[in-house]
Amino acid sequence: MSSDKFPEKNLPEEENGPQHSDARRTFLKQSSLLTALALAPSAAIKAAELKFEEKVAAVFEQVKVTLGINGKKHKLSIEPRATLLDLLREQMHLTGTKKGCDYGQCGACTVHVDGQRVLSCLTLAAMVDGKEVTTIEGLANGDKLHPMQEAFIKHDGFQCGYCTPGQIMSAVACVREGHADSDEEIREYMSGNICRCGAYPNIVNAIKEVKNGGQRV
Amino acid sequence: MIQFQYVKPSKSKAAIDTVAKDQSAVFIAGGTNLVDLMKRGVMNPEKLVDINKLPLRKIERENGNVRIGALALNGAVAEDKLVLEKHPLLAQALNAGASAQLRNMATVGGNMMQRVRCPYFYDTAMPCNKREPGTGCGALEGYNRMHAIFGHSDKCIAVNPSDMNVALVALDAVVLVSGPKGDRKIPFAEFHRLPGDTPQIHTNLQQGELIMAVDVPENPYTKNVNYLKVRDRNSYAFALVSVAAALDLDGSTIKSARLAMGGVAHKPWRLNEAEQFLAGKPATEATFLQAAQIAMRGAKAFEHNKFKLTLGPNTIVQALKNASGVA
Ligand SMILES: Cc1cc2nc3c(=O)[nH]c(=O)nc-3n(C[C@H](O)[C@H](O)[C@H](O)COP(=O)(O)OP(=O)(O)OC[C@H]3O[C@@H](n4cnc5c(N)ncnc54)[C@H](O)[C@@H]3O)c2cc1C
Ligand code: SF4
Ligand code: FES
Ligand code: FES
Repeated sequence: MSSDKFPEKNLPEEENGPQHSDARRTFLKQSSLLTALALAPSAAIKAAELKFEEKVAAVFEQVKVTLGINGKKHKLSIEPRATLLDLLREQMHLTGTKKGCDYGQCGACTVHVDGQRVLSCLTLAAMVDGKEVTTIEGLANGDKLHPMQEAFIKHDGFQCGYCTPGQIMSAVACVREGHADSDEEIREYMSGNICRCGAYPNIVNAIKEVKNGGQRV
Repeated sequence: MIQFQYVKPSKSKAAIDTVAKDQSAVFIAGGTNLVDLMKRGVMNPEKLVDINKLPLRKIERENGNVRIGALALNGAVAEDKLVLEKHPLLAQALNAGASAQLRNMATVGGNMMQRVRCPYFYDTAMPCNKREPGTGCGALEGYNRMHAIFGHSDKCIAVNPSDMNVALVALDAVVLVSGPKGDRKIPFAEFHRLPGDTPQIHTNLQQGELIMAVDVPENPYTKNVNYLKVRDRNSYAFALVSVAAALDLDGSTIKSARLAMGGVAHKPWRLNEAEQFLAGKPATEATFLQAAQIAMRGAKAFEHNKFKLTLGPNTIVQALKNASGVA
């Protein structure tokens, strides 16, 4: 790839943001189409046999979805293979939701879909059509932090902070589900969120405080 | 992940027809197993048929059964009042699986169909008869700590990783299936297979057949039950060995028993002979030890999973103790 595909350095200051990301997005789209062709030989060969243009269009079609993200409705056109995690981070630029393992093993990508906590890395974005997604960015009420965010700060519920958005989304759900009645229960129902810094005791304390404080979560 | 087509039919017939006539099409439910395998290139379907529009989410009473729709979520089933009342063993097994987030996504049908967790199956650079028939079994002489001690062949020694399946086989569940040739019922014990010479054939479900529901028949095992799962950490890990134990007690006498093991075979492993032995015996540790010995007959371990020959019977005894309340 020649570097003239990346014009951001020459852009005027104020246009840097959107143009940069648009260029990057176009580049990603083109390159992922090429990757798709490279990775889907049988699909592509089959398509070639059966009149290239139409069939490639069918195989590489985009799916139209309408979904709410943090209270705002979005109409989007996406690749069927895009995960909700990649949609949030790459297309919506909501980078609060983290990619830890990308295989369902760590919980860093936890978000709420229609109020339930799920793993966005194993969720195809096409499958959330018509649903409401809440990410860590949508938890606070304007400038006022959510009680769980306050409690994580107060109890030092993190060190490096990488797992924290997922921990907080999971913790809010844990309390809402009614699974925060004892340390043991909290540990069991938070086991889907791994913390490499080992902030677990403080996370349990933060959740207990919110649960016992009786605030609306 | 390769590119694929995505369709979301609203009629089961359309879903079935699409997958029945296209070898490269698969159903997707929660996606927690399929998306993982697709990202790794282990499964490369060219068409995904999303079944989430189909009305298969209900949990209801039906002819003395609890009928659980194929799309009922693992988490919802585990907390369902009817399930907790009639089949607490199933609820325990479901809660022992995965994490709260995954249980909110995983469906009953998908759980039944989940693939093995053998590391050679997951690594496309490794030989694996299940992923690529004829390439050999990497685990046979390799790292086989998680692998089978019952029912394996020299072609494949992987285990069925599901917790739910262990409870369902113990409870004599029946799988309701709809396919291009009509509907049929498959007893749970006949749903999964042993690897034999064809480990690539995963279950007895045919191409295009859709799981509609699972029926769990009324039984007396509503109180003295225990699902005991032993794993490398306390939660969020697959079983090394697990045991589903259900007893119908008359005072301290066992009227009848149901017993099955997970993490030991290519299918959830029902222990019929041990069950027969338990019937009519006093619920004592001595009885449980004998039952465990019967259960372990014919077990054969590999280099790294010999510990299962001891862990297996110990887990059986402990699960029976937990179920009966015998200290
Ligand atoms: C990190 C991690 C940890 C886990 N730990 C555990 C654990 O401890 N215990 C445990 O039991 N499980 C565990 N799981 C596995 C999990 O339970 C399964 O992934 C889940 O149950 C699959 O259900 P699904 O609906 O997501 O299936 P999908 O991924 O949607 O589908 C899986 C397969 O089933 C087929 N399928 C789905 N529905 C139907 C249907 N109605 N009819 C016919 N075919 C169908 C699909 O075609 C696909 O081949 C874990 C998973 C992960 C990622
Ligand atoms: S045990 Fe089965 S799944 Fe594992 S490598 Fe051998 S053939 Fe493949
Ligand atoms: S990034 Fe989704 S669970 Fe790790
Ligand atoms: S705070 Fe570092 S991983 Fe949890």
